[in-house]
Amino acid sequence: MDTTTSSRAIPQKSLADHFEDWLPKLVISPTFLAAIFFVYGYIIWTAWLSLTKSRMLPKYDIEGFFQYGKLWTNDRWLVALTNLGIYGTLFIGICLGIGLLIAILLDQRIRAEGALRTIYLYPMALSFIVTGTAWKWILNPGLGLEKLVREMGFENFTFGWLTDSDMAIYTVVIAGVWQSAGFVIALFLSGLRGVDDSIIKAAQVDGASLPRIYWSIIIPSLRPVFFSTLMILGHIAIKSFDLIMALTGGGPGYATDVPATFMYTYTFTRNQIGFGSASAMVMLGGVLAIVIPYLYSELRKPR
Amino acid sequence: MSSFSADTPHSSSVMGRIFIYGILLIVAGYFLLPLLVMVFTSVKSMEEIRTGSLISIPTSITFDAWSKAWSSACTGVECSGLSGYFWNSVWLVTPTVSISTFLGALNGYVLTKWNFKGADVFFSMLLIGCFIPFQVILLPMARTLGFLGLAGTTTGLIMVHIIYGLAFTTLFFRNFYVSIPNELVRAAQIDGAGFFMIFWKIMLPLSIPIIVVSVIWQFTQIWNDFLFGVVFSAGESQPITVALNNLVNTSTGVKEYNVDMAAAIIAALPTLFVYVVAGKYFVRGLTAGAVKG
Amino acid sequence: MATVTLKKISKSYGDLEIVHGIDLDVKDDEFVVLLGPSGCGKSTTLRMVAGLEDITGGELKIGDRVVNDVAPKDRQIAMVFQNYALYPHMTVAQNMAFGLKLQRMPKTEIQQKVDEVSKILQLGPLLDRRPADLSGGQRQRVAMGRAMVRTPEVFLFDEPLSNLDAKLRTHMRLEIQRLHRQLKTTTLYVTHDQIEAMTLADRIVIMRDGYIEQIGSPKEVFDHPNNIFVATFIGSPAMNLIPMKTKNGMDGLTLESDSIQFPLPEKEGHQVQANMDVLVGIRPTDMNLAHKDDGIAPQWKFDAKVEVTELLGAEALLDLRIGGQEIMGQVEGKDMPELDANIQITFNTEALHIFDKASEKAIY
Repeated sequence: MDTTTSSRAIPQKSLADHFEDWLPKLVISPTFLAAIFFVYGYIIWTAWLSLTKSRMLPKYDIEGFFQYGKLWTNDRWLVALTNLGIYGTLFIGICLGIGLLIAILLDQRIRAEGALRTIYLYPMALSFIVTGTAWKWILNPGLGLEKLVREMGFENFTFGWLTDSDMAIYTVVIAGVWQSAGFVIALFLSGLRGVDDSIIKAAQVDGASLPRIYWSIIIPSLRPVFFSTLMILGHIAIKSFDLIMALTGGGPGYATDVPATFMYTYTFTRNQIGFGSASAMVMLGGVLAIVIPYLYSELRKPR
Repeated sequence: MSSFSADTPHSSSVMGRIFIYGILLIVAGYFLLPLLVMVFTSVKSMEEIRTGSLISIPTSITFDAWSKAWSSACTGVECSGLSGYFWNSVWLVTPTVSISTFLGALNGYVLTKWNFKGADVFFSMLLIGCFIPFQVILLPMARTLGFLGLAGTTTGLIMVHIIYGLAFTTLFFRNFYVSIPNELVRAAQIDGAGFFMIFWKIMLPLSIPIIVVSVIWQFTQIWNDFLFGVVFSAGESQPITVALNNLVNTSTGVKEYNVDMAAAIIAALPTLFVYVVAGKYFVRGLTAGAVKG
Repeated sequence: MATVTLKKISKSYGDLEIVHGIDLDVKDDEFVVLLGPSGCGKSTTLRMVAGLEDITGGELKIGDRVVNDVAPKDRQIAMVFQNYALYPHMTVAQNMAFGLKLQRMPKTEIQQKVDEVSKILQLGPLLDRRPADLSGGQRQRVAMGRAMVRTPEVFLFDEPLSNLDAKLRTHMRLEIQRLHRQLKTTTLYVTHDQIEAMTLADRIVIMRDGYIEQIGSPKEVFDHPNNIFVATFIGSPAMNLIPMKTKNGMDGLTLESDSIQFPLPEKEGHQVQANMDVLVGIRPTDMNLAHKDDGIAPQWKFDAKVEVTELLGAEALLDLRIGGQEIMGQVEGKDMPELDANIQITFNTEALHIFDKASEKAIY
């Protein structure tokens, strides 16, 4: 033993070891630089453009906040904001409602729960473009749902929301809920499964009825799930672009425009870069107002 | 008091059970019907679509609409169906998913096992990157790709997807690696393994579940993406979602709903297939970003 | 084998220094235990020796070589972790062979080493299993096996037994003892469990808040604690500490409190002076029940009231009240007095400890 150990040289820190010390930083740096440049740098870039008179080509002379002022007098932008308000509220509200109700029902030791869950969630695997295409056909006033109901004997039934400027935004809600409700069900269900059984048992011993247990014990304990679901849905709503492009294309006219489609239209088809950038910055502000408090509370939790 | 033995509270009356199953089935119908309508419509002839109703079972099945959607339907001026675009998406997805997952794994490994100053700040920065509305980066990215000569190319689109997918894959792996004890890495260090050796021999073999989650998530996201596709690609290099949207909105001639539906199903098949095969991991990916864990 | 020498070793995270320039000489073949409460810096110190933490200041030698900047793998050490840190996706044999493979040792030699070590640790039947299929004790043995196949110059143990249940812990303690006797490898062992420290160590290093409080053999630290911290940390039940004052009496110094007083027994080299505030320490195990005819002078007998009794089996713990002073005593179970009984106790004057109240240092 002695002979072998004494012959083993103990090397000092070699060049390779020093390199090894730097490796982790080296490995993470591309992502770090990418995040700095492609996220934060680009945000600043867009913010800059929003302060200029850029139209088809970017200009970089700062002219102030006039693009933002223009935004608030632009009728189409106001329509887009109103639509986002309607769509966001209904989409989130209905998804939460369906999600919670179905999750509670699914939690009643249902046969074939797995199959049902698979059915509820599959739209989430689809592209919004596919969803939009499908619902566009179903809601089609000529041959779709309207015709179906009429053939069932309701001769005067009309269902022309898709082409009705006042109602078209509600078709977006229908398709959006269809796509996302299953996800909310899954979130709530995993929340319900996480509720401590002993609390429920204790309430049963106290003689609380089942609805009472749900209402005063289980649902309040789902608060964190509510909170994060709300954030996610709000986030999905603000970013909604594909669904509207596929289902209504923003029409009729610009009746179903939302900020995301508005930004796209002005920046890329109407060549109003400065104006489009201003709308993008407002969207960013909206998302950050939702996301930062959420992230803050998530990150502060002990891991 | 049979409910005492139950793990979760449940109502036991027969009426209650019927009510519950009733609602669950109605909702299942709401989710299933559109798919059914799509499939039915895609195998009907236009003649039958006009005379029959939305949900009527097709009297004769024809795959004409499918073959047209695949090889000859018009997507704008081009009339060669979706096939080319389908393969575009395949070529787009393969490198983006593998590269972003691999880099995400490396990042997660560094962030959790090789503590350095500012790791938390960096992670928070990256996390915000998961949430920004992409509208805010579209224009600068378009300028950059133009500058690099990558505007309208698949390469450019691949780059964009990798960059903005990294935040999510890093998040997945970081949260997964947090639960792997640091001592494992320390023990390997003492055993003489270096940075990459530990990654290959210790971390990656333990990461199979999260690799599956990340691959499925990235695959679904990128396959289904429309925004980047419509902004950063052009003509021949467009992904399938953009082509589908063009196909549906091409207003030349008579509207062929059966072709639209066949095309939509073609665009949806890969992600649906993944969902059916690996639904568990799909759900985990969805919830990983949402609920901590 | 090798010595381990720590010279003014310190560790800081940013502005926060958590190990403050400690000195320690571990002799060849010695078994040294670092003992202290959590957060005392003992694990950090061990990790610095292992090379898993950078050394902020000072010099670390293993054998004759300064190893401050040597990578862990080149320090000729092996480490056993609290959670064992076995590679979950490898079998027991692969776990043990991993380090040797990385050293590019020939396959037959690896095989030979693994066989040799698994014989010593009786791991033979487990070689093809994965860690998930092993019990806690088995995992612990595999972790030791993985360390042993490296034939290191120094073994480092980081709380290796704290994840085991009490019975297994005793068993593994004996096992480690046996292995050390057999292998005679220099060992540095971190624990917060004083029984492990007392039974395993050649020398114990007691740490608190990043400082070494005392280094000594188990007997030394038990019989002659340097200060109040060591005195109360070592020994269970803990030493009684009675606040008293020293006075000049007729035959030299006396110790007084409101409830007790007795003369200071003569002893060479003590630093007790008159009019000091001191804490007098007596271990419960050094207290005895006094009897009428035991020949002890009355000034060493104290009237006490039994307030609580706890029979542990062979021994009994007593909460006693002497005037205003509460004291814990330990007597043989069969001698346990009645609750509320008035008894007389005495103590072993040889085992008296006196600490300066201000500096907390032992002065007697």
